[in-house]
Amino acid sequence: MVARDTVQPYKELRQNLARRDRSLREKVVTLEEAASFVSDGASVGIGGSTMSRTPMALIWQLIRARKKELSCSRCIISTDGDLLLGSGVSNHIISSWFAQGILWGLSKVMRHHIEGGHARYDEWSHMGVGMRFRAGAMGVPFMPMRSMLGSDVGRKRPEAKEFDCPFTGEKLLLVPALNPDVALIHVQRCDAYGNAQIDGLQFMDIDLAMAANRVILTTERIVSNDQIRRSPDQTKIPFFCVDAVVEVPFGSAPHECYGVYEPMMNHLEAYVKQVNGDPIGGMKKYLDDHVYGPKTWNDFLSMIGIDEIVAASRRGRSIFDD
Amino acid sequence: MTNPSRHTASEMLAILSARQLKEGQVVFAGIGVPLLAATLAQRLRCPGLTILFEGGVIGAFVEPGKLPPSTNDQRCTKRANMVLGSAEVLLLLQRGYVDIGFMGGAQIDKYGNLNSSFIGDSDHPKTRLPGTGGGNDISSLTNMIVAMKHEKRRFVDQVDFITSPGFIRGGNSRAENGLPEGGMFRVITELAVFSFDDTSRLMKVLALNPGITREQVQDNTGFDLIFDDQLSVTEPPTEHELTTLRMLDPDRLFIG
Repeated sequence: MVARDTVQPYKELRQNLARRDRSLREKVVTLEEAASFVSDGASVGIGGSTMSRTPMALIWQLIRARKKELSCSRCIISTDGDLLLGSGVSNHIISSWFAQGILWGLSKVMRHHIEGGHARYDEWSHMGVGMRFRAGAMGVPFMPMRSMLGSDVGRKRPEAKEFDCPFTGEKLLLVPALNPDVALIHVQRCDAYGNAQIDGLQFMDIDLAMAANRVILTTERIVSNDQIRRSPDQTKIPFFCVDAVVEVPFGSAPHECYGVYEPMMNHLEAYVKQVNGDPIGGMKKYLDDHVYGPKTWNDFLSMIGIDEIVAASRRGRSIFDD
Repeated sequence: MTNPSRHTASEMLAILSARQLKEGQVVFAGIGVPLLAATLAQRLRCPGLTILFEGGVIGAFVEPGKLPPSTNDQRCTKRANMVLGSAEVLLLLQRGYVDIGFMGGAQIDKYGNLNSSFIGDSDHPKTRLPGTGGGNDISSLTNMIVAMKHEKRRFVDQVDFITSPGFIRGGNSRAENGLPEGGMFRVITELAVFSFDDTSRLMKVLALNPGITREQVQDNTGFDLIFDDQLSVTEPPTEHELTTLRMLDPDRLFIG
């Protein structure tokens, strides 16, 4: 387990990687088995951004498994962050932006947990999060960058260091590598080995996959290795950095999965109304009804409702229309 | 018939902001009025305006009535020239490919510093706001247009927390803090258009919106304003501007 706020030693990173089975092997597991890859207290990198390609089914399963004290990093975090704090699964969020969505103003759930001191929200600039995953992916302890300087965002993060460039003398900011214990990434398709193809916006998922000490993929569908090999240029994450694959259709619901479905806004609007109306009781009711209550992920989907799922799918697939 | 004298504050912001953009520019736009204003400029006068979104989009042409709920949704990519990683699109700012950054604002001060992180003391905040997103990167690395509501509590002498730097403490302090490029270019509100003094870097009123007095602007501002020697009055929104804007946002998602 990596101590929070410190860079994982290079030797340890290499040893962890050397121990992983990087052979071309099948690694398909269930959602329940995948959740067992995440230990209490782990640092967890979350793929996608905002309401897009969120690994929601896996987060849902982590809540059901009653994980504790996870430190979660995501470039921009939305209702998934609410659920992680509201369920008690996480007490630490690393992100550049945290609310439910720009349409709904501030998250009362985030405010309750952060203002009340129950959890930490470390704010980095969007590029700052990106450069931290990039450094982690590159196997170097930091990346230099030219933003966050002169701002209180930079001042509030003593883990980042101002530095005079040895070549030019310019002031730069060095941001520390972020190598999560485990990354959770949802994709449109991958094979049983974990060769993952991502359509549309890739966000920071490639760096995140390379940086993490373990990677769990959830995927809309598992395709054959032959199919992957017919278009290897579409493969964005190689099999050898993937440790588990779970096939979960609509695994980002009620968020979006590019080209498959758009966000399910009726569900999200009802959610926001309920939890912002009462960030404790409303959240508890949402978790009881929608996370702990359903027997399976498909049962949760049926609570969203077939009409909304079909409408979101029609909109999602329309991105490929002329 | 659209009556051009009747419009919301957000419509005014979008139209006046769109007028600030020039054909051929590369614009990094945030969600809400910035996305809408950049798209409006593209439709009205600047077909060659290149719009970038932090989700990883170069050259977006957002479809009327299909405005994305954030700049990280698939709708942002429709008819774009390229999709790429979020870090990659943000790094274009650092390399210098972007002419204008364009954002909304929650709180701004006389040097154009923006706060979207904390109301009150950041260690014990009264309100924890969502945070910077790409705002800090955009405002650190390029010239900024900010479109925001004009209220006394939003236009303050000094922001509680500098989320996205403007001219920091004025004078050369921005460059001295490691930000040699970019800075605040314009602030657009429903009352006036602002720029910043070349030396002191203090906010100044460049033009009053139609029907607005100097006193109204000052009364809604929490610091003493400078008025430009050539203070002008902005032309009101035209019928063409308003109908095009309303065609883009028929559900009034961002225009209120």
